Amino acid sequence: MQARHQFVAFKTILIKEIYRFMRIWVQTVLPPAITTTLYFIIFGNLIGSQIGDMDGFSYMEYIVPGLILMAIITNSYANVVSSFYSAKFQKNVEEMLISPTPNYIILLGYVAGGVARGVIVGGIVTIISLLFTDLAINNFLLTSLIVVLTAVLFSLGGFINAVYAKSFDDISIVPTFVLTPLTYLGGIFYTIKMLPEFWQTVSLVNPILYMVNAFRYGIIGITDINIWLALVITIGFIVGLFWWSLSLLNKGVGIRT
Amino acid sequence: MTVALEINQLTKIYSNGFEALKGIDLTVSHGDFFALLGPNGAGKSTTIGIISSLVNKSSGSVKVYGKDLDTQLSDAKSFLGLVPQEFNFNMFEPVEEIIVNQAGYYGIDRKEAFERSHTLLKQLGLFEKRREMARNLSGGMKRRLMIARALVHKPQLLILDEPTAGVDIEIRHTMWEFLQKINSEGTTIILTTHYLEEAENLCKNIAIIDQGKIIENTSIRELLSRLHMETFVLDIDKPIEAIPELNNYNIRQKDSLCLEVDVDKEQNINELFTELDKHNINVTSMRNKANRLEELFIRLLKEDRE
Repeated sequence: MQARHQFVAFKTILIKEIYRFMRIWVQTVLPPAITTTLYFIIFGNLIGSQIGDMDGFSYMEYIVPGLILMAIITNSYANVVSSFYSAKFQKNVEEMLISPTPNYIILLGYVAGGVARGVIVGGIVTIISLLFTDLAINNFLLTSLIVVLTAVLFSLGGFINAVYAKSFDDISIVPTFVLTPLTYLGGIFYTIKMLPEFWQTVSLVNPILYMVNAFRYGIIGITDINIWLALVITIGFIVGLFWWSLSLLNKGVGIRT
Repeated sequence: MTVALEINQLTKIYSNGFEALKGIDLTVSHGDFFALLGPNGAGKSTTIGIISSLVNKSSGSVKVYGKDLDTQLSDAKSFLGLVPQEFNFNMFEPVEEIIVNQAGYYGIDRKEAFERSHTLLKQLGLFEKRREMARNLSGGMKRRLMIARALVHKPQLLILDEPTAGVDIEIRHTMWEFLQKINSEGTTIILTTHYLEEAENLCKNIAIIDQGKIIENTSIRELLSRLHMETFVLDIDKPIEAIPELNNYNIRQKDSLCLEVDVDKEQNINELFTELDKHNINVTSMRNKANRLEELFIRLLKEDRE
């Protein structure tokens, strides 16, 4: 398949994915907007006013980057896991499998769909956050880069989950028991400097900590970890998960008999 | 002669040890309308799954228009269109989008994809439904949607896995006409069906698969010529009291106005009418008791299993 045709196939999957989540925006775009508004009201305004400053910023300013990134993480993951699993379940994944579209284009198309939903929901949450606090971007390039890289990484995670999933229960196990705890313990609501030394060391194993801190640095200019290390770890995970996802597709795990 | 499909020593053993295909060989020429028949579980869908790369083969080779699935998969896929047995589109997508997206997977840009989808939807009587969600279509419409989707990239080889299952007789006949038209325009068609009348009406050549082996591969004409006897049902104009004694014909009375007669291939059917005439029996209409291919199909399967 020529490169031009591959690009058409990629665009087709991306457009299909955007149509899909926009068609059901009440299920995909609205809930994170409502949930994050509640976080801003309860944690930022009500509880945050009792907590005081954190690293020289109001608690509301401190948690805004983490909450935006949390919305991006959960939505990019949820988009790909639900879309690809549904395609498997309804067997419409066969539409792509019988076509000459290469597997890496199928993968990139789904990942781009996840990134699109992550970025749109992240944008909505950012706009909502402006109702509660001023947001001055410290480093626009880094902020944008972290948004895209994080969305790519969790889209790939969602894809792998969908490939292995055998029932709708399986697509909620990882978000509930792995993703949510890691996100909440990834320094969204606190600086790891507040933790005892042992738990600071344990926190460094959590990859989400690096993304949250790099993103927070991009927006308000403070971080608990080295930005370059955060970038290397994020890109490393992306490379690893991309290779894993592609080999699953090539072998036909869960989609070919 | 261009070969559309060439299968050599194809085997498939599933992970549970079930041997679905036991080394089948099959050749389909360009322009053919080919029937692949067999009972449930014979290996038809596995064969189709392997050709369309939805099932991994265990051994053997498959070439589509000379392109080997192992070494030129992308090229081979570009020749193929598949109408599977089960509905396999997104029920929550509009009809038109399903076809346009399928075109996109073959590298056809969106503008042209819309034009092609409109043409196909008009031909298949679905144009008015193009903005409906697929789940709202009737069973027959869903089948036609799958045909439209399979044809959007103008495949050279179209594989139809029971395309008329559950479709009413009127739509079935419309679909037959459509398939005959695209076949006459040069599309090679492989059809699996349980309606043997369908295979007899549409197809030129036939392969019968049973228990993972091809037990017959010939032309429909040649296969039908092997029938030794046919049974005819005769409607007569007035009731008869007893079955007449006819020379060389086995005759049974179904009811007072209906007779059944076995006619050997060697026998002349005109003689039958002459005999009936002698007994003052006038035939008003006549038909085959059963589909001829159906009789052969059952006989071949029985012979294979004995």
